[in-house]
Amino acid sequence: MASLISYLKFEEESKRKKLWKTGYELRDPNSRSETSWRSESEQRIYSTKLVDALRLVRRNPSTADKVSSFREIREAADRVLAVAAKGRTRWSRAILASQLRLRLANNMKHKRAKVTGCSRPKRLEKKRFSPTLQRKAGLLSRLVPGCRKVSFPNLLEEATDYIAALEMQVRAMTALTELVTGPPVDRLGSTSNSVHCRLCLPRSPPS
Amino acid sequence: MSSRRSRSRQQTGSSRNITDEQIADLVSKLQQLIPEIRNRPSDTQVSASKVLQETCNYIRSLHREVDDLSDRLSDLLATTDTDSAQAAIIRSLLSQ
Repeated sequence: MASLISYLKFEEESKRKKLWKTGYELRDPNSRSETSWRSESEQRIYSTKLVDALRLVRRNPSTADKVSSFREIREAADRVLAVAAKGRTRWSRAILASQLRLRLANNMKHKRAKVTGCSRPKRLEKKRFSPTLQRKAGLLSRLVPGCRKVSFPNLLEEATDYIAALEMQVRAMTALTELVTGPPVDRLGSTSNSVHCRLCLPRSPPS
Repeated sequence: MSSRRSRSRQQTGSSRNITDEQIADLVSKLQQLIPEIRNRPSDTQVSASKVLQETCNYIRSLHREVDDLSDRLSDLLATTDTDSAQAAIIRSLLSQ
């Protein structure tokens, strides 16, 4: 339960902190420490939080049809991934911001005007890129959330982090589905199952 | 990334001096992440455009995988009842 509470608190904070969008841009990006998406611990943390989030989703089966539940799970997975990034990367903030926007729009029950909050007049570095490169960079910027107007080097950095994070997401979700598909008969002796090891928590009191 | 002192022609709003070397550095880092390019025998520099292209493809395929996985999860969680699924997860999370 502790992890769930801290996760929810973090979400609350992120809703209030509007300076993320502007404040972070001006900070020296070299000072940020990298999240190691490959570490076991990171994956464990993600899996735990994902399970918590999914449990919440399940508790409110308001709409039982397939599409919305798929949407909810995908959004929960992305949200937990973005939270795991701890707000250091642009794509994670963009994921959280867009989800919040959607939620607020739904709650207020009227269409918000198109939010152009990200379009600060940031002059792009005018390097002599060939049009092919420009086009491909444009494609890439559309794939990574929140990176449509970032400079080319920033885009590459974001993409690097995003790819590593996505890989971890895939690993964690694969392990999770394997778990749910085949709930193992009690294997009290063998703890060498790789699936179990990946999702195993360090010794913490059950919620 | 130490060659930041040289003032490039254009200054961006966030005053970040961007050099070619930096970009090449980032591109090579990206290159290492993408399995398509990493597993290729040749170790020579792949063109930036190729790296970008493969990055886009890779991200798209990862997105598809996540979509597929969440689809399966939604099916699984819908069909199996709450208790047994959660029990299975909790059991395995707690067992070490």
